[in-house]
Amino acid sequence: MTYIDAINDALQYEMERDSSVFLIGEDIGAFGGAFKATKGLYQRFGKDRVIDTPITEAGLVGAAIGASLFGYRPVAEMQFSDFITNAFNQLVTVAATTAYRWGLPVPIVVRCPSGAGISGGPFHSRNPEVWFVHQPGLKVVCPGTPEDAKGLLISSIRDNSPVLFFEHKRLYRSLKSEVPSGEYVVPLGKAKTARIGKDLSLITYGGTLPLAVEVAEAFAKEGKADIEVIDLRSLVPLDLEAILSSVRKTSRVLVLHEDNLTAGFGAELVALITEHAFEALDAPVKRLASFDSPVPFAPDLEREVLPSVRSVGSAVEELLDY
Amino acid sequence: MTKAELIVAYENMLLAREFDHAMINLYRQSKIVGGVYAQIGNEASSVGTAMALQEGDIIFPMHRDNGAHFVRGMTPREMAINFLFRRGSITRGTDGTGHFADPEKKIYGNVSHLGAMVPVAVGAALAQKLSKSGFVVLNYIGDGGASVGEVHEGLMMASVQQLPFVLVIENNQYAYSTPVAAQTHNPRFSDRAIGYGIPGVTVDGTDIEAVFSATSQAIEFARAGNGPTIIETTTMRMRGHAEHDPFDYVPKELLEEWDRKDPVLRTATLLLNKGASESELTSMQQQAKSEIEEAVAYANTLPAPDAAEAFKNVFFQ
Ligand SMILES: Cc1ncc(C[n+]2csc(CCOP(=O)(O)OP(=O)(O)O)c2C)c(N)n1
Ligand SMILES: [Mg+2]
Repeated sequence: MTYIDAINDALQYEMERDSSVFLIGEDIGAFGGAFKATKGLYQRFGKDRVIDTPITEAGLVGAAIGASLFGYRPVAEMQFSDFITNAFNQLVTVAATTAYRWGLPVPIVVRCPSGAGISGGPFHSRNPEVWFVHQPGLKVVCPGTPEDAKGLLISSIRDNSPVLFFEHKRLYRSLKSEVPSGEYVVPLGKAKTARIGKDLSLITYGGTLPLAVEVAEAFAKEGKADIEVIDLRSLVPLDLEAILSSVRKTSRVLVLHEDNLTAGFGAELVALITEHAFEALDAPVKRLASFDSPVPFAPDLEREVLPSVRSVGSAVEELLDY
Repeated sequence: MTKAELIVAYENMLLAREFDHAMINLYRQSKIVGGVYAQIGNEASSVGTAMALQEGDIIFPMHRDNGAHFVRGMTPREMAINFLFRRGSITRGTDGTGHFADPEKKIYGNVSHLGAMVPVAVGAALAQKLSKSGFVVLNYIGDGGASVGEVHEGLMMASVQQLPFVLVIENNQYAYSTPVAAQTHNPRFSDRAIGYGIPGVTVDGTDIEAVFSATSQAIEFARAGNGPTIIETTTMRMRGHAEHDPFDYVPKELLEEWDRKDPVLRTATLLLNKGASESELTSMQQQAKSEIEEAVAYANTLPAPDAAEAFKNVFFQ
């Protein structure tokens, strides 16, 4: 099953199971969504459960929040994650603070097709996850495989906190794997060891997971190193234990993400690792991320700013040689 | 309005006004933190609109709507405990003034960010439509807050989905120091309804009967499935934006003009015309004053919230 079909499967499964789940977004109804994540759901569940809205990101996220106060579990779709800037206030001001101030759950999920590598240009390529990591009260989930896309989305829908769910759109149709049918839950806050290794921990999530695995396999094949790949799966809650136990095993760490470098999630990871496992390190923790610029449009420029097999490979080499 | 309705209105307006006086006094004595946003001048608007709700209906008030809180069942004690950030407050001390929610009373307070609650209130109305509950959502915004983009987005959704939603725009002539003339090129806020294809009315917000009747009509219109309405209530903010503000930018004549239309006095006159006696009114006034005094005194006996509260419930427990 592809990553996008896994999303569709999770939505359909939860909508069948729980009548309080509804979808809300732009062009998600009969049209099935810009990426077809909701394909067929309008035909199956009707207009009251797959709700098309005007172009109102704040309006539709606000509507999801409001309906969630009355027993619903809305799943909102951003047509592209970039447009979540227009709903920022609803998420950080209203959704994130409601449990703390009112003691009430806000069980909403905001699905965000994110990420670069499709020549989307500066406004269709962002990875905005870290903005929301910084705001207490929001959960942030970034699946990197089809089976996690399904299992994490189901968990997110059942969670009583607002969840930002970042789907990497380059993975939508490029990844295919076995996805369990029916009930399949992957808990939030549990990292996965995507590849077991002993020489270096390559910690990543979402869109750069396939890249990390590719590099690790190449190093293994060439007999250069046995790299462990940790897939965080969710940034909030964060599985610090899994990170630290890998770091204590390998003593060398490369943190990788597609979001740009400065104050990205990698910065937080480096701080946590040095705070908690400094004595285990044989080299400074290294970060690899996109260049600090808007994501450029032309494919030749875009390639330059994104992490690549080559840039990840040389960062690994540097760490191994340290 | 019937005499009985007017009595309810008057009692709640008196509570709102006395609560303001109490908070202003505490502010002057530095016994309160945060801002005190008096609603003096707004009582008929907040009370008259809220009285049009039926049991089970939902309210999303704004910062100058204490009257609406009282109508919908908040007690003076509950209000005082929250404003005075005492142990047992409805927000556990995490947020002040009217920023609380009480799902049992179907009250959902505001966040500071003006306009942000409009899409949320619209979502509450969406939930009523989906669940066919028959309940209506009443939401408020000011002449200043009405400029915020989220108000427009919320109204787009409410109108296109024909939701059971009523937005009261409380036009009290000022948004902090900014007069309506500097806020909007069209000072008739109800005209905005035309753009959404929904009804819009402007009523004298110091006239409890006009406010009550317009809101009752809009609420029943919404309940019948006919969609949202905008109601503009024209009032005057008789104090500064908050008590720190000397409001010397407001012309004296304007205050004098509106003082002659004081909504509490106007409601008293209506009651007298309906056969109430001066002494009945006096005893209602004394009753409100002593209820508020008792509530504030009670709140003052309570300790501060337990410090551990600060670390609880960042995520829903
Ligand atoms: C988005 C936003 N910008 C600025 C403020 C600061 N602020 C708080 S109340 C206020 C004036 C509000 O005026 P209005 O909406 O007319 O309500 P009123 O206070 O007059 O009842 C301002 C500017 C805010 N709370 N939210
Ligand atoms: Mg105003």
